[in-house]
Amino acid sequence: MAQQNITLISYGYFGKQFLEKIAEAVKQEYKFPVNFKESHLDLSEFFDPGRRQYNGNKLLHAVEAISRPEALKTVGLFSVDLFIPILTYIFGQALLNGRTGIVSLYRLSNERYGIEADDKLLLERFTKEVIHELGHTFGLIHCMAPSCVMRSSTYVEDIDQKNQNLCHHCREQLSTVIPDQIIG
Amino acid sequence: MARKISILVVDDEESVRDSLSNWFIEDGYRVECAENARKALLLIESSYFDIILADIKMPGMDGLEMLRRIKSLRNDAIVIVMTAFASVNTAVMALKDGAFDYVTKPFDPDDLSHLIRNASKQILLAQENETLRNKVVSLESVEDLIGNSEAMKKVLKQVESVAQSNSSVIITGESGTGKELIARAIHANSSRKYYPLVSVHCGALTESLLESELFGHEKGAFTGAMYNRKGRFEMADSGTIFLDEIATISPKMQIELLRVLETKSFVRVGGNKETSSDFRVICATNRDLKSMVEQGSFREDLYYRLNVVNINVPPLRERVEDIPLLVDYFIKKYCTTMNKPPINIDDAAMQRMEEYPFPGNIRELENMIERAIVIGNGKKITLKDLPLGKDMIDNSIESLDDFEKTFILQILNKYSWNITRTAKALKVDRVTLYNKIKKYDLKPD
Repeated sequence: MAQQNITLISYGYFGKQFLEKIAEAVKQEYKFPVNFKESHLDLSEFFDPGRRQYNGNKLLHAVEAISRPEALKTVGLFSVDLFIPILTYIFGQALLNGRTGIVSLYRLSNERYGIEADDKLLLERFTKEVIHELGHTFGLIHCMAPSCVMRSSTYVEDIDQKNQNLCHHCREQLSTVIPDQIIG
Repeated sequence: MARKISILVVDDEESVRDSLSNWFIEDGYRVECAENARKALLLIESSYFDIILADIKMPGMDGLEMLRRIKSLRNDAIVIVMTAFASVNTAVMALKDGAFDYVTKPFDPDDLSHLIRNASKQILLAQENETLRNKVVSLESVEDLIGNSEAMKKVLKQVESVAQSNSSVIITGESGTGKELIARAIHANSSRKYYPLVSVHCGALTESLLESELFGHEKGAFTGAMYNRKGRFEMADSGTIFLDEIATISPKMQIELLRVLETKSFVRVGGNKETSSDFRVICATNRDLKSMVEQGSFREDLYYRLNVVNINVPPLRERVEDIPLLVDYFIKKYCTTMNKPPINIDDAAMQRMEEYPFPGNIRELENMIERAIVIGNGKKITLKDLPLGKDMIDNSIESLDDFEKTFILQILNKYSWNITRTAKALKVDRVTLYNKIKKYDLKPD
């Protein structure tokens, strides 16, 4: 039986090096092997013409439907503007205690806010959001610690304020849900 | 650790309910959802929600009508209304009807977080305020426990040793000896001290009022029950309930009380849902419960359930050595309250106080000092400031009962037999005064 892993699926173009760096950071945080692969979806099905955005709930279910059984957790990586019906936008979302999450680059780049591009900062933000959504799939809720990656972020500036690591408390919580044999 | 705030989401669109529910759960809130106002109202009647987030446009009963109904059930409920159609008129109507805030769908994630955080902060502050208010009252009262006498030291030692346990306590002692202060001291020294101490004066309430007071009631349970109301047992959750004048409760209430003490659960008047509460019970009485049990007027099983620990507070005449300390304490207390410079008491006045039997115990002494400060010259308390002239110490009086009878009659006459004013002057409740009038067969001249 294949070893359980975390799978990152990119929809749209993401540089190989960019994905490798994210995979490395995820592996370091959750101690699971991380695979990444490319996939394709007809995103027009998820587009809401009224809002000119893509429905995050539907995309999450689509990623859930194609995730493979050997993948303990799967995160879909997008570069389109995501929304859920009640919110104007989201950076990403995940099923709490589920197997799937999604994250988008769209609102993480400096250019979106009229500031000079910064690829390093974009990578950092994206990595933090992937680790954050994976945290939800492991049952972690938002954390009040300012530097914890599980702190809620509603603006990109909030993402910049936190680290890409779980705080001590969240790590302890995680250790109660990830059995030793899986970590080992 | 702060408790989890609970949120009820009411919206006819499933995707909205799911999105909000997931969002709030990730933020650490406890969430329930309802797809229409009718289901929401049923949930609100059976469970407590800190925040209710309700859509305005819903089939059947709309959000505004639901808001009014929620407010009629729980006036303090925090309701946030939301709509996809921004309209100033609707917003104003919602706010007029008591909504906490009004938001337009879809929300900016940051706005939603702030809104819920602000509402949560208000709820937690209100609770903290209530807890601190109780704590301040409780601590102020504990300061009133004055005494260096052996009798009082024994009581304080008992207070210290029972405080840490969870056992039921009966405090006995004559009227005015400070039984409630002892209850407050036990609570303030217990592990429950950060939770409420809820006092109920059983003697002042009729059977049906006491039932509603202790167990709470549902809206419409009886005439005048305009809102759902929590009972004292529910309010005392995690804390202590103090039942004063326990000997006055009716046989029916004795059975009810016994059941609650055994199961720690109860049903509100007019309701059908069992509610649990974790409370410690402390009772007080100036009657001899044991002989009431023997006479059959107090249930034996309830007596043993309540009387795990008995603390008897000695009357003031049995701890005369505490009188100077108490006099000094009440002088300081009332001079501070009345914004007067501290004054002394002369030796003759103090000696007379030490000789006086104080049938009304500390309550009487406290009143005496307060009166002396009000009517005195502001420099020193002297004999003429105290109602302890020769007429007060009548040699024909041979027992405490004789004294009490004469004293009550004197005050009744002074207030032309106005029961309310007399009870207020004696600092007892009206029921106690009626009982005394009956006991001594007092009649107007």
